[in-house]
Amino acid sequence: MKPRQQRMLALGLSLSGLIIAAILTFKAFEENMMFFITITDVVENNKAPIDREFRVGGLVVNDSITRETGSLTMSFILTDNRNQLTVNYTGVLPDLFREGQGVVAIGKLNQNVFIADTILAKHDENYMPPEVIDSLKDHVAETKEGY
Amino acid sequence: MFPEIGHFALILALVVSLCQGSVSFYGAAKQNKDLITLTRPLAHTQSLFVLIAFTCLVYSFVSDDFSVLYVANNSQLALPLLFKVSAVWGAHEGSLLLWVLILSTWTTLVCLFSKNLPDIFSSRVIGVLGFLNFGFILFTLFTSNPFERIFPSPLDGNDLNPLLQDIGLAIHPPLLYVGYVGFAVAYAFAISAMLSEKLDKNWAKWTRPWTTAAWLFLTIGIALGSWWAYYELGWGGWWFWDPVENASFMPWLIGTALIHSLAVTEKRGVFISWTLLLSVSAFSLSLLGTFLVRSGILISVHAFATDPERGLFILIFLISVIGGALLLYAKKASDLDKKVGFGAVSRETFLLLNNVLLVIATILILLGTLAPLVLEVFNMGKISIGAPWFEIAMLVPMIPLLILVTMGMHSLWIKDSSFNLYKKLRSPLGIATLVGIVIPTVFYGRSGLLLLIGSIISIWIIISSLLSLRSSWKGNQGRFHINRSVAGMSIAHLGLGVFVFGVTIVSSFGVETDRGFSIGDQISVAGYEYKLNSIESVKGPNYVAIEADISVFDGSELISHLKPQKRTYLVQKSPMTEAAILAKWNKDLFVALGDSLGNDSWSIRIQYKPMVRWIWLGCLIMALGGLIAISDKRYRR
Repeated sequence: MKPRQQRMLALGLSLSGLIIAAILTFKAFEENMMFFITITDVVENNKAPIDREFRVGGLVVNDSITRETGSLTMSFILTDNRNQLTVNYTGVLPDLFREGQGVVAIGKLNQNVFIADTILAKHDENYMPPEVIDSLKDHVAETKEGY
Repeated sequence: MFPEIGHFALILALVVSLCQGSVSFYGAAKQNKDLITLTRPLAHTQSLFVLIAFTCLVYSFVSDDFSVLYVANNSQLALPLLFKVSAVWGAHEGSLLLWVLILSTWTTLVCLFSKNLPDIFSSRVIGVLGFLNFGFILFTLFTSNPFERIFPSPLDGNDLNPLLQDIGLAIHPPLLYVGYVGFAVAYAFAISAMLSEKLDKNWAKWTRPWTTAAWLFLTIGIALGSWWAYYELGWGGWWFWDPVENASFMPWLIGTALIHSLAVTEKRGVFISWTLLLSVSAFSLSLLGTFLVRSGILISVHAFATDPERGLFILIFLISVIGGALLLYAKKASDLDKKVGFGAVSRETFLLLNNVLLVIATILILLGTLAPLVLEVFNMGKISIGAPWFEIAMLVPMIPLLILVTMGMHSLWIKDSSFNLYKKLRSPLGIATLVGIVIPTVFYGRSGLLLLIGSIISIWIIISSLLSLRSSWKGNQGRFHINRSVAGMSIAHLGLGVFVFGVTIVSSFGVETDRGFSIGDQISVAGYEYKLNSIESVKGPNYVAIEADISVFDGSELISHLKPQKRTYLVQKSPMTEAAILAKWNKDLFVALGDSLGNDSWSIRIQYKPMVRWIWLGCLIMALGGLIAISDKRYRR
């Protein structure tokens, strides 16, 4: 092959590769993108997507953790200091899950109860997930405007 | 006293590194022999000062000097000695000093092993490294000084993050950094090459062993990190597509592309400008990784210390390092490529494809890592891109890449015929197809499209690599000669095959389950019986723990007692899951203790991970291949 042809080949291959990759990527992107939705948006504004996973975050309300003895399924209430959302979860909890702690839950909404398949709590006792901080802040800002 | 010596030494290192950079460049520009001879002593002086500073910080940790803020925040009297040392790089300030130390160590090595290179060339390399270290020391001193004192000093420290109190994490960051920073050498060689009057393929030969060395450390570093996350985070996964992991994987992919394109440039004198661009990119991605991790703009389980102002500094540094190199590249690279042809079926073509695919993979990861950030900046909502997306997206470039590996290994330079290649590869492919179908269906009892693709390709790669390894041995009347470049290349690809095989089997047949256990209960998972015998309290040096005793039976035969713990570290009061793992060559049985469910009942996570060890074994074999390739004699002439 002459250098010119080589370059054309290289260019052609890279371009077609990129185009295929781009198409597949964006398709998969749409399907796998997960929104973070504040508790207020879920409870008051019905913004929770239907049949699709999303993330919610907030503080675990004190004394809200309940579980049947011996069962892996437990439930707790998550708050953004304005609205509350009941979360159900089955499985082993992360180390730093506790009352008063900021956590993020991933799952779907089913009749006003959030069915989580993953709970994230950061490995640092002072840590609060950035999304949770924002949603708590949003609330403060909104209250100031509103009242 | 020692912290002040360390601080002062670091300031001296800053001044000397600036001299090292400017004297080298000025000397090279004026072709002044005296100045050029000065560069090496200057570099050694700089390294010595950095070493003194680092030693002082280590000493402060070992001697429990809690009047140093950084020590007070990250150590404690009862911390075992090993972790007092590793606590030096347990948080931001110290890990930056470690970065500086590693860069100056690479500089010293370059000074020692570059004496056969033209003076002006090596002088500029050392100069670039000097400027880079100047930037990092400046950063350390002004935004993250590890020697800062506090008054009054506390009686005891705040302890090291319990997650980091582990041998895997003691050695993971240094190895990772050796890899990251090693790409600075490839970067420096590329800058120096672009500044040379006459740029030829010799540069590729000089830079090759350095690049491979950086790559092999990065490989081991990433593998260790993955292994650590696997057993220490208590989740049992080996890769999470976490931003911090991605930040290390991107330079690795580009580094791998660079190694391959350097091979073409050295052998055939083509792709010169492309190779230069990759050299710049590999280090740029290392820096970008540091920026992403340290600035705190990405949400990550790994980001322990974050601070936006530091991010700004790194961003400015990043722009000057990348921007400067790209400007130079734009000016120089247009007329570099020689008019050398090669056939459509030839090793050059396969290596070109390798590069294209690796770059696509890198772009995809970059996209997935940065997309949430970009969308949030434009107020389009807070999103996250989970592991499933990365797993799908990676298949796009990786499957063709893996298919091409065997062809690339066995094709000839310049021109080969498809028939010739087909003849060489058909019997390995035949055997691989047979074995690749038999193993999953007979041993594990299931098959599937992706599973079969993975197992056939990986076995094909393993067989072809072994054949290629055999061809690197030439027996001549009882005297054996090994072509180490070929042997290293074959072994690295063998490692890749082993890795892909491990990934395929564990992702298809791994079992992960959370169960509730009461004492005396027996539960069956993936053919093994687990029986909870007891739950007891135990004490460690700086923690207390609840320990479960679980017997594992294979049929009726007792094969192990696993003792997973739930620790509470006394100072930081944070709970930590310490998984117990029964590790065999062909499977791991993984048990982690969860929470009390009340009434002597506990949640326990049980996992069956077949062939998971092959993932890390494969990485180590890859790194070994790199080591053998570096030892080739032609790099020492």
